Amino acid sequence: MDSEIIRVIAFLVGVIAFAALNAAYLVWLERKEAAHIQRRIGPKEVGPFGLLQPMVDGIKLMTKQILIPDGVDPILFRLAPILAMIPAIMCFVTIPFSQELVARNINLGLLMIFAFASINVLALLLGGWASANKYAVISAARAVAQNVAYEIPMLITVITMVMITGTLNLNDIVAQQPNISQWYIFRFSASPLMPVAFLIFFVCSLAETNRAPFDLSEAESELVAGFHTEYSSMGFGLFFMGEYANIVIGSSLAVILFLGGWQDPFGLFPGVWWFLIKLYCLIFTVIWIRWTYPRTQFYGLLNLSWKILIPISLFNLLLTAGFLKVF
Amino acid sequence: MSHPLPINNQESFVLNLGPQHPATHGVLRVKLTMDGEYIMHAEPVLGYIHRMHEKMGENRTWAQFMPNTGRMDYLSALSFNHCYAALVEKAMGIEVPERAEYLRVITVELNRISSHLVWFGAFILDLGGFSPLLYAFDDREHILDLLESVTGSRLTYCYFRFGGLYNDIDENFVDGTREFIKTMRERLPMYHNLVTKNIILIKRIKDIGPISKETIRKYGATGPVARGSGIDYDIRKNEPYSIYPEFDFDIPVYTECDSMARYMVRMDEIEQSMRIIEQALDKLPEGPIMAPKVPKILKPPKGDYYQAVESARGSLGMRAVSDGTNKAYRLKVRSPTFSNLSLFSEVSEGMLLPDALALMGSLDLVIPEIDR
Amino acid sequence: MNMVNGIFMDFNKLKERLTALALIEEVPATPPAAPAKGEEEQPPAEPAAPVSRPAASETDYPVRGFHLDVKVAADSVVAAATILDEEGFFLEAVTGVDWIKDKELEVVYDYTIWQPTCRVVIRTRLNREAPEVPTISEVCPGANWHERETHDFFGIKFSGHPDLTPLLLPEDADFHPLLKDFQV
Repeated sequence: MDSEIIRVIAFLVGVIAFAALNAAYLVWLERKEAAHIQRRIGPKEVGPFGLLQPMVDGIKLMTKQILIPDGVDPILFRLAPILAMIPAIMCFVTIPFSQELVARNINLGLLMIFAFASINVLALLLGGWASANKYAVISAARAVAQNVAYEIPMLITVITMVMITGTLNLNDIVAQQPNISQWYIFRFSASPLMPVAFLIFFVCSLAETNRAPFDLSEAESELVAGFHTEYSSMGFGLFFMGEYANIVIGSSLAVILFLGGWQDPFGLFPGVWWFLIKLYCLIFTVIWIRWTYPRTQFYGLLNLSWKILIPISLFNLLLTAGFLKVF
Repeated sequence: MSHPLPINNQESFVLNLGPQHPATHGVLRVKLTMDGEYIMHAEPVLGYIHRMHEKMGENRTWAQFMPNTGRMDYLSALSFNHCYAALVEKAMGIEVPERAEYLRVITVELNRISSHLVWFGAFILDLGGFSPLLYAFDDREHILDLLESVTGSRLTYCYFRFGGLYNDIDENFVDGTREFIKTMRERLPMYHNLVTKNIILIKRIKDIGPISKETIRKYGATGPVARGSGIDYDIRKNEPYSIYPEFDFDIPVYTECDSMARYMVRMDEIEQSMRIIEQALDKLPEGPIMAPKVPKILKPPKGDYYQAVESARGSLGMRAVSDGTNKAYRLKVRSPTFSNLSLFSEVSEGMLLPDALALMGSLDLVIPEIDR
Repeated sequence: MNMVNGIFMDFNKLKERLTALALIEEVPATPPAAPAKGEEEQPPAEPAAPVSRPAASETDYPVRGFHLDVKVAADSVVAAATILDEEGFFLEAVTGVDWIKDKELEVVYDYTIWQPTCRVVIRTRLNREAPEVPTISEVCPGANWHERETHDFFGIKFSGHPDLTPLLLPEDADFHPLLKDFQV
C-alpha cells in the first residue's frame, strides 16, 4: 500500500511536469516552426536556440497580476482556467507511454479520457460567460457548438475502434499492433476505410482542441482572443497550458489507436522513445497545419462535421460491423 | 451579478469592433448591432486619426504641403505625391521632362505593388492565415529598399517635386528593379499555390460580400473594389495622365462582384504593374529630371483645378482652389477608401461577423487616408 | 475642350439639361472669340452692356481637370444630382469653400462617369450666416458621408440628411475648422 501511494504521487508529479513542460516547449516548438515556415529565425536570445524562452515567459506570466475586471462572475471567472487545466492533466493518467510507464492502467482508459476531455468545453463556456465580455460570449457559444459537432464523429470513430480492438484498455490496444503492417491505420482486414477513420479522428481532434484551421473560438482577427480575452497572468497561462495539454492528449490517442503507440517498428530504442517520436511527429503536423491554412468559416466547420464527417464515420461503423461479422 | 448582454428582453446587442481591434488595421471603429453572429446594422465610426491635412494645406505654401501628401496614405504615398504634383503642375502649366515622367511611373507602380502586397498579407491575416503576411512583407522589403535608395525614405515618401523629381536613379536601382521583377514573377505562382487555390480560402471569400454594380456607382466606389464588380474603370486608362498611354498594360476586371474577385483583381494588378515597370525601364530616356524654369514661389492663377490619379485603392482626386497667392485657398482631397468604406454599412447587413470581416478586408482600408 | 465631344454622345444633351437648372449670371460682354473662360468670378464691374446667360460653361479640361462647370441655386442641387444619376454619373466628392469676403459659402459637388472621360462640377453658393442646402443623399447614398464631412468642416446644414453628427471630428465638436475665421 505504501508503495502504491508513492507510485501515485510519483506519477502525479511526473504527469503534471510532463504536461507543463510540454506546454512550455510546444510553445517554443511552435514559435520555431512558425518562424522557419515564415522564413524567420524565431526566439534566439534567451539561451541556446532560445531554449530558455519558455521559462522566461512562464516567469513573466506568473509574476503578473491577475486582473479580475468589474462585472465578471468572480467565482466562475477563477474556476474556468482551473477547469481547463485539471481534466487535461487527468487524461494523462491512463496514457501508456510505454508498456510499463503508465500511471494507472485501467480497463476503461479510453472512456475515462473522453469523459475528462469533454469537461474542457465546459471550461471555455464558463470562462467566456463569466468574463462578461461580448467577444468572449460569442467565442464560448462557438466553442460549444463546435465541440458538440465534432464530439460525434470522433466518438463514432472511437466506437469503431473499440469494436475492432474489443477493449477499452489503451495498453491492450497498443499491444495488438506489434509491427507497422498491424497498426490500425493500415489494418485493412478490419475495414478498408481505416486511413479515413484516422483522418476523421485527426481532424476531429484538431477541432476539439480549437486548433487552426478550426480555431474559431479564439479567432484573433474576429474575436480578439475569444474566451480568454479578459484573462491575464496565469489565468491565461492555465488556458494556454490546457490547450497544449489537449493537443498532446489528442495526438497521443491518435498514436495509440492508429499508429501503434509505444510499439517499436524497427527495434532501435525502447518503446517510450517511439511513442514520443510518433507523438511529436503528429504535433509537428498540427503546428504545420496551423501556420499554413487560413481559418474556416463557422458554418463551413459545422457543415464539414454534420454533412461529411458524421456520415462517413457512420458508414465506416456499419462497414466495420459487417466485416467483423462476416470475417 | 450583472451581464452586459440583454438576454431576455432584447434580441440584439451592440458590439464595438475597434478602434483597437486586430481586424480593423488601425483605428477604425465599427459599431455593430448584432443578432447572435449576424450583423443587423454596421456603422463605421471614423476620425480617430483625423489630422485636418486640408487646413494645413491652406496654411502652407504649395511646396510645403508636399510632405503632407505622403502621410495620408502610408501604403501608396507616391500616388498622393503624384496627384498633388500633377495638380500644381496643371495649375501652373509646368511641363515635366520625359525622364521624370518615366521615373514617376516606375516608382508609383513599385509603390502600388508594395501596397498590394501589404494588403494581400493583411487580408489573409484577417482570414486567419498568418504565414502569407510574412512572405508578402519579405517581397515588399525589396521594394522598400529600392525606393529608399532613390527617394530617401521607406514609407512616407516625398519624392516628387513640381516639375520633376528630387533625385535621379542610378544603375543599382535599375538592376535591382529588374531583379525584383524576376523574383516576384517566381513568387506570384507560389502565392497562388499557397493561397489562391486553397479550398478553405476559396470558401471563405467566394460569393462573400457581393457588391452590385449599382451599389458601386451609388456610393462612388472605385479602384479594385469597382473592378471586382465588373466595372472597367481605371484612371490610368479612362482619364490618362502622366505617360501611362505609352505603356501596354491591361486592367484586370472580374465580374463576380465578390471578395474573391477583388482579391484576384489586386493579384493580377501586381503582374500588370510589373509589365509597366519593365516597359518603362526599357524605354527610359536620358535627360533632365527637373523642368528648367520652375518659379521659386508658386502662384497658380485664380480658379479651381482638379486632378485624379489611380492610387492603389482607387480614384484619388485633389481639388485646389487658388486665389492667386502662394498658398492654396482650399485644398480638398478625395480619398478613394472614404467612398469605398461608405458602402460597407449597406453591404454588410445580414452578414455573419467573419464574412463581414472578409468583406472589410477586401475593401483594402487604410485608415489615415480615410480620416486625412 | 473638343475632346469631350465625339466620344461622349450625350454631352450636349447633358449640358442642355444642366444648363436649364443653372443660375442666370451676368458676365461682361467679351469678344465672341473666347467665351470658354467665362467661368471665373467677374463682378459686372464693366458698365459696357453686361450679358445675361446661364452659368453653365464648358471648361478647359487639360488646364482645369473637369469638363463642365455649372452653378445652380441651392434648391436645384437635388435636381442636378438626379439628372447626373440618370445619365450614369457617380458622385466623387462633396466639399465646401469659404468665400469669407463675399460672405458666402460654396458647396462643390464633383461628379464623374466610368466610361467616357467626363467630369462635371456642380456648385452652389449659400449665405454664410445660415448655410443650408438640401441633401442629395437620397439620390446618391454615397453623399451621406461626404455631406457629413462638409458639415463637420464648414457647418453647412444639409437639410433632410439622416444623420449630421460629426464624422471625422470628435463627436462633441462644435467648431468648423475649415472656415476661414477659425483660428488654429
